[in-house]
Amino acid sequence: MKKTKTAERVSWPVTILLILGLITVVFPLYMALVIAFKQPSEMTNSIAGILSLPKAWSFANFSEAMRVTDFWRSLFNSFLITAVNLAVSILLHSTIGYAVGRNKMKSKFYNFVYLYIVSGMFVPFAILMMPLVKQTAQMGIANMAGVICCYAVFYMPMNMLLYSGYLVNIPVALEEAARVDGATTWRTYWSIIFPIMKPMHATVAVLTALGTWNDVMTPLVIMSGSGMNTLPLAQMTFQTQFGTNYNLAFASYLLALLPILIFYLVCQKQILNGVVNGAVK
Amino acid sequence: MKKKNDRERTYLWMTLPILALFFCFNTLPLIKGVIYSFTNFKGYGSYDWVGLRNYVDLFQDARVGKSYLFTIKLAIVSTIVVNVLSLLLALGLSSRIKFKSALRGLYFIPNILGALVVGYIFNYFFTYILPAMTKTTSMLASTRWAWVAIVAVCAWQSIAMNTIIYISGIQTVPEDVYEAGSIDGATGWFKFKNLTFPLIMPFFTINMVLCMKNFLMVFDQIMALTKGGPAQSTESISYLIYNNGMAGGQFGFQSANAVVFFVLIVMLSVAQMKFSSSKEEQL
Repeated sequence: MKKTKTAERVSWPVTILLILGLITVVFPLYMALVIAFKQPSEMTNSIAGILSLPKAWSFANFSEAMRVTDFWRSLFNSFLITAVNLAVSILLHSTIGYAVGRNKMKSKFYNFVYLYIVSGMFVPFAILMMPLVKQTAQMGIANMAGVICCYAVFYMPMNMLLYSGYLVNIPVALEEAARVDGATTWRTYWSIIFPIMKPMHATVAVLTALGTWNDVMTPLVIMSGSGMNTLPLAQMTFQTQFGTNYNLAFASYLLALLPILIFYLVCQKQILNGVVNGAVK
Repeated sequence: MKKKNDRERTYLWMTLPILALFFCFNTLPLIKGVIYSFTNFKGYGSYDWVGLRNYVDLFQDARVGKSYLFTIKLAIVSTIVVNVLSLLLALGLSSRIKFKSALRGLYFIPNILGALVVGYIFNYFFTYILPAMTKTTSMLASTRWAWVAIVAVCAWQSIAMNTIIYISGIQTVPEDVYEAGSIDGATGWFKFKNLTFPLIMPFFTINMVLCMKNFLMVFDQIMALTKGGPAQSTESISYLIYNNGMAGGQFGFQSANAVVFFVLIVMLSVAQMKFSSSKEEQL
């Protein structure tokens, strides 16, 4: 009896410390928020002047920032790159994960393919960057298509590892039963294995989407000549052109952070699960 | 027998096209990068073979040496700071607290935000707010302190990720281990050192590797906070390769730099895994 009582006791000092610690998380976002709503005239040099609440909650900065950064266009581009990359990753990486995962134990070739692709994890983007810029330009895909091709390859080692690892839990008997019923290997894969791997699709989707959405370097070097922007790239051009109008800049930053924040609020549980699964596997 | 061959062929068709794609965008540029590193290519026009010249120059180049020292210092300090703080935070978030899931959710927010935009927000904080609070000049303008600001921003984002991994590690420790420990009188620091920590060692390994690799490749934060300044004191390796290789006409030379960087990353990853896996405890 006594034991259950101690188990339920809440440790208030720790709770309070943790709530106080949240200031470090919230403060930068609060700062961004109040500055984004203010007018340049409200920005005095004292901290109180900068951090106080704005006199009026006007969205003028936001609409102006949207116009200057061509917000909808960059949002659409970011969204398109992420969505296409998600679809490509889930389709291709699960397929190769399946083929390699089912054969690497008995075939030297597939074991080699497995190790070869996993070793891609050790290759930093810095060494691929310059040759990739040349290569995508030569191939005529120095644009969003090129960026998507790069992502499809960059995330392959991790995702293939996740899929072939998950495959160990799926009994081979399932496929053998389907084969006895006359299904081809393709059909077996599509109608049985692919749907069963759904939890792994969620993990892969979360990891790939977070990485793609926030990535700066790949689109920066590959599509810089295409006249197209992603959401983070738009902030970069904005910074160099209008860096001194902080109210406008912060409105623009907040707009850039908003989509992913909303996504996090909606799918918090899946995101936390996905991140943990991805890292621990 | 025919059926078995069909199956093998299907597996091959599943693998080869994707393998070709991987080769085309990973191995091929890697090979090209190594080849460029033996040339004096500027990024345009014609070029000649220079043999090992770039590599010899690389080890004598003060700016390159400085960027390696800076990046390694940043990576080590950040890794330590992040792991200590996130382990503490994870222990706190795993104890008997109120609003547990809300707190966990909120503490994870920094990780999902884009590093570049976060960097811009902190740039303002370090340029205007902090100097006004402490009556000093901006940290970002000082060659002595700019790197500390970068550590702070890197840590702010990474702590969230590592905490979540530590929390899931702490959850894997079964309750009866603690019960057995408490019979032997294990409490507080002793309990953590002898029970919790050895059992979450695999998660510690993951976090060290993750942190070290991410921080060695740091780019976005540098771009947003200092652009390598002041006086090139915060140039990370990735930033230097990007800046001088893409726009500075040092395509060949920076390719050699990238090759050395690649070797460093591989050696470090292998060493870290070997070292850590030998210390893991099994329950």
